[in-house]
Order: sequence, then C-alpha cells, then structure tokens
Amino acid sequence: MKITMAHGSGGKSSAQLMGDIFGKHFANSVLDKMEDAAVLEVPGDGSRIACSTDSFVVTPLEFKGGDIGKLCVCGTVNDLLMMGAEPKYLTCGFILEEGLDTELLDRVVASMAAQAREAGVIIVAGDTKVVEGNGGMYINTTGIGIVPEGRNVSGGNCRPGDVIICSGNLGDHHACILSHRMEIENDITSDCAALNDIVENLFEEGIDVRAMRDVTRGGLGTVLNEISESSNCRIELEEESIPVNSQVRGFADILGLDPLYMGNEGKMIAVVPAEEADKALAAVKKAPHGRDAAVIGRFTEGTGTYIRTRLGATRRFDVLYGEGLPRIC
Amino acid sequence: MNISEIIEYLRGYRGRELKLMEVCGTHTAAIFKSGIRDLISPDIKLISGPGCPVCVTPTAYIDKCVEYAHKPGHELLTFGDMMKVPGTGGSLSENKAGGARITVMYSPFEALDKAKADPDTTYVIAAVGFETTAPAYGLVIKAAAEQGIENIRLVTALKTAIPAISWICENQQDIDGFICPGHVSVITGRHVYDALAEKYKKPFVVSGFEAEHILATIYRIVKQIETGESQAENLYRNAVREDGNSRALQVLDEVFRPGPAMWRGLGVIEDSGLYIRDEYSVYDGGSSMLYEDMELPAECCCGAVITGRINPDQCPMFGVKCTPVDPFGPCMVSSEGSCGIWYRNKF
Repeated sequence: MKITMAHGSGGKSSAQLMGDIFGKHFANSVLDKMEDAAVLEVPGDGSRIACSTDSFVVTPLEFKGGDIGKLCVCGTVNDLLMMGAEPKYLTCGFILEEGLDTELLDRVVASMAAQAREAGVIIVAGDTKVVEGNGGMYINTTGIGIVPEGRNVSGGNCRPGDVIICSGNLGDHHACILSHRMEIENDITSDCAALNDIVENLFEEGIDVRAMRDVTRGGLGTVLNEISESSNCRIELEEESIPVNSQVRGFADILGLDPLYMGNEGKMIAVVPAEEADKALAAVKKAPHGRDAAVIGRFTEGTGTYIRTRLGATRRFDVLYGEGLPRIC
Repeated sequence: MNISEIIEYLRGYRGRELKLMEVCGTHTAAIFKSGIRDLISPDIKLISGPGCPVCVTPTAYIDKCVEYAHKPGHELLTFGDMMKVPGTGGSLSENKAGGARITVMYSPFEALDKAKADPDTTYVIAAVGFETTAPAYGLVIKAAAEQGIENIRLVTALKTAIPAISWICENQQDIDGFICPGHVSVITGRHVYDALAEKYKKPFVVSGFEAEHILATIYRIVKQIETGESQAENLYRNAVREDGNSRALQVLDEVFRPGPAMWRGLGVIEDSGLYIRDEYSVYDGGSSMLYEDMELPAECCCGAVITGRINPDQCPMFGVKCTPVDPFGPCMVSSEGSCGIWYRNKF
C-alpha cells in the first residue's frame, strides 16, 4: 500500500494507519490511551505533566483569521488544554522550503510569538531545516503543560446521562481555507484560537469536567465516535442544536461537504455531568471563544453515535471516511 | 397543509406497497441525512436510482484518466470524488501516490489559467457529470477556442439523465413514481417529464433538496397515485423553470452532440451521452467507446443497486469486502453513491 491523502484526513484511514504501523511498533500504556496529549507522572512527587506534539501544514500559509504561525501555537496548546493541563512551554521545528520569502517567515514567527504570549506559553527550544521545494513551510510544535492536582479529564470517563457542550460554530476553518484555495470571496474567517479562556472558566466554576476534545481534522463526527468508543457509551445528538454559521452551511452545501465533518482550529467539546450542564454552558459562553456554545447532545446506555434529525428521525453519525472532498454535482 | 401534517399522512399510509425512485444521488444523501425513510410508512419504499455520475462511470474511463496522468508532459485535473474509484491499475488516488500528475480541481475553469501559465504541459480534464456540470465544460472548451489555448483536453463521461429515466421505465416497470432530480431539472426544465408521464402513466415530481421539499414531493406522488393521476409536477419552482436554462442548453447544443453512453450497471443507453462536436474535436482526449468495465466478482451487485432492484445492504460484499475505506465499486466511494450513504448512515 502507498500513502494517499486520505491517510492525513483525520478520519478512518488515519486511524487505520495509526493502528497498523505506529501503534504496532510504539505500543505502550501511555500512547495506547490515544488522547489528545499524553499525561505523564513525574517520578517521585506524584505531580503530572501533559505532553503533545503536532505538525502543521496548510495552504495558503496566511488566511483570513490566522496563519500557520498562529495555528501551530493554538493547535498544540489546545491539545494540552483538552487534558486539563495548564500549557507552559512549547518547542518548534521549522522545515522551510527553498524560495520561501523571509518577510513572510518574519510575519509568521511574529504571529507565533504574539499567540504564545496570549496563550501563556513560552517557546523554549527550536530547530530549522531547509529542503528543496517551492517556498513552502511546515512547522512542528511540541508542548508541555502541568496538570493541576485533582483534575482527571479523559475520553474514557464519560457515562450515561452526561451532557455534551460544543463551544461554537463548526466548519469555519475548513470553509475559510477552501474559500482561499478556490478564490471565492466571502466573509468566512478561520476560528483559529487557543481555548484557554473556555477551559479556565470551566475549572474556575468547579465543573467536574469528564472529557474535552478539540474538534479538528475529521470534524465532530470523528471526535464523538472516538469518545463514544473509549467510554463504551452511546451518544445522541440533537441536529438542530449543533451550531453552524449559515454562510458556512450554504458554502458546504454547494460543495457537498458536511460542516459536522469539517475541520476546526478553535472549537472544542466538553462533556459534563447532567446536573452541572447549565452552569458549565454559562461558563463556556462567558469566554470570548465560547460565545456561540450550545448543549448538543448527551450520553446514554449503549454504543455508537446517533443524531436526531430536525424532523425527528434518528440516524447513525459515523466517522469521516476519505478526505471530505468537494463533489462533482 | 404543513410539514407535520404531510409527515402524519405519509406515516399513516396503508395500502398497496409503493416503490418511488429518487433518481439523484444528492436526494439520496438528503433523504438519509434527514431520516425521511424512518418517518414515512413502511409501505412507501424509497429506491435510489442511477443519479450519481461517479457511480455509473465504467472502469475503462478511470483507466484512460490514469493513462494520461502517467503520460510525460500531461497533468490530469479531476473533481475530488473521482479520486478513489477503483480502476484496473488502481484508483487515481493510488496512482497519484505512485507519482502520476493528478490535481484535484474545484472548477474546470482552473484549467484555462494553468494552460496559459504552462504551455508545455497538456492539462487533461476528467469531465464527468450530468446536464448540471456539462455546461461548465462546454464553456471551458469555448473559452479555450476563443483564446487560442491548445494544451487542454477533456476526457468526457458526460451523461444526460432523461434517457436513463426512460430506460428505467422500460426495464423496471415496478417503479410507481419518480422523485425527479432538482439540479438536472434546473437545466432541462420541467417540461421534459411531460412525455415520460404521458407514456409511462406515472407521476414525475421535481423536488428541491431540503427535507421538507422531498417530503412534499413524496406526498404529491402518493396523492397522484391514489387519485389515478400521472402528471409531471414541479415542486422546486424557485429554481426550476418550465423550459429550463436556455443559455446552458444552448452551450450544450453548441459544444456537444448526443451519442450512446455506457452506464455502469445498466449498459449502453442510446443518446444518453454528450460528446464533443467535430468543430471542437481538438479538445477531445478520446472519450468515445470507453465501455469496458472491469470484471466484477459474481457476488458484486453494483448493477442491481444502481437500478434499485436491491438495497445496498443486500449485496453480500456490502460492509464485508466493500467498505468506504476499501471500496470495490464506485457506489461505495462517492459521497452521493447509495452504498456509501447506506454504510455511513445505517451500518
């Protein structure tokens, strides 16, 4: 088999690649949990750190609402946040293609620095390599955070009755990038953001957060199916309550894409106990990045992920297959 | 009558079992997405028709595209949903991973800019689609001719839906009514269904793509059957006109001529294909007679699925040897293919 673009989609093919090659050779008790970030005990004192790494490839390098620099800070910071960690340090590795404009590089790095300040992390190590190519750029970031005592956030914690909060409109980033590539003029802006404000609000309110996930590649469908599987519960969503911006919905409709499978860079879901749902939703909505948050569904006994449609029917809500490519007609 | 009354009526229907065919893949996707099948009476069966252009494209076409993608000095431009359709020597996606020059396009007009910027490369457009997409390819050909661009070719698998619907009426008499394709009808207009309704004595109703549109369409078909009518109706009036889109039809007529086309699972249907006319033949990358389909194992039921004779999950390969990750037939690959839609929503 050869690697195809579908292996990078975050959906079913990516998961197979992880299992068949990386999971097979790297297997260990930490990695096998397959969370957004690894939570590691510091030998001796019982404290825990979270660690995550992510590589960023995006065309175009600058887009409405962000650039690859902002993206590579937000992405790794969010992965740490989703484990309940307070992000502290980042490292970065740049792979620059021959022909890259240094003014562009300067803008990207300035943007990284600004986003790092905002997210409360410092960039403590870095590396640069140059390869042949066409002026492109790839960035890897690795992040370290501290998990405060008493926090236990994991996809496996969810249980029947728990409620799912989605932090805002889905599909904005994917629609923004596609608009750029297709040279379509519209107002769709990437949601690229570090979600410290939402996560801090939840813990400050004392919510017993069961699980959190940032809704990136593969979209809501892929993320929820993963959690449903790791918690051994069924998920039931209400289609009408899932927030999607109307312009993004229209754009996705034309291309035959579904916002619920489109990638985001500043959206998350939080799973909380039913009795804390109102309080948790208020906490999320108070954060600037959580203004459009909504309760979208809940966990029940059983397996699989399902949506109750606008008209009251129920359908299966599966993971993303393939790449989510625009269709012919 | 409001939508809940319509749902109430369709849920309460008890009578002769009705088989209604939604011709268009976008309708199939919308029906599953909104869960319409579960809202209506089990006596009203919705059957997915051949209206996904990817699903009815034979293997020989994929192989031709793969051949171009490997040819020195050539680059293939294709829509995304063709990428995973299996060919004799692998899919476009697999061939791209193997070094073939293939770019996923968002619009066929991209070919014009690319061809101007790089005159040494011949850009080959995989032009697949129905009446809906064909005018855009026609405009690309006309623009290329007007601008004197010579390094563009089209390998066409362009089909027209109306002859295929006639074919189904002739060969599958148990279909009681048709949910007519919305996008295709924008181009053709409503009137093309008059002759079909007259000849086959069945209701033909043009539908939009919202769940409410589709439910209203099903309601009208059932009502027509109950009252013994057979009319061609238009319930997508904000988009579909009586005579269609005259400009698009004119482009189709100027650039293309009708000819026989091979529909995977159905066979060759006379006058159901669109081929580039002689005056533009320099742009034709060799589109005629691409009929060969790879030999399918006996258990593969693609043909029966496309014509609605069985449901996808009745095929022994469904979900076992044929899945969206490892598809066997194009109906499992495409976002609008009935097997893929069943798998994602039902399996």
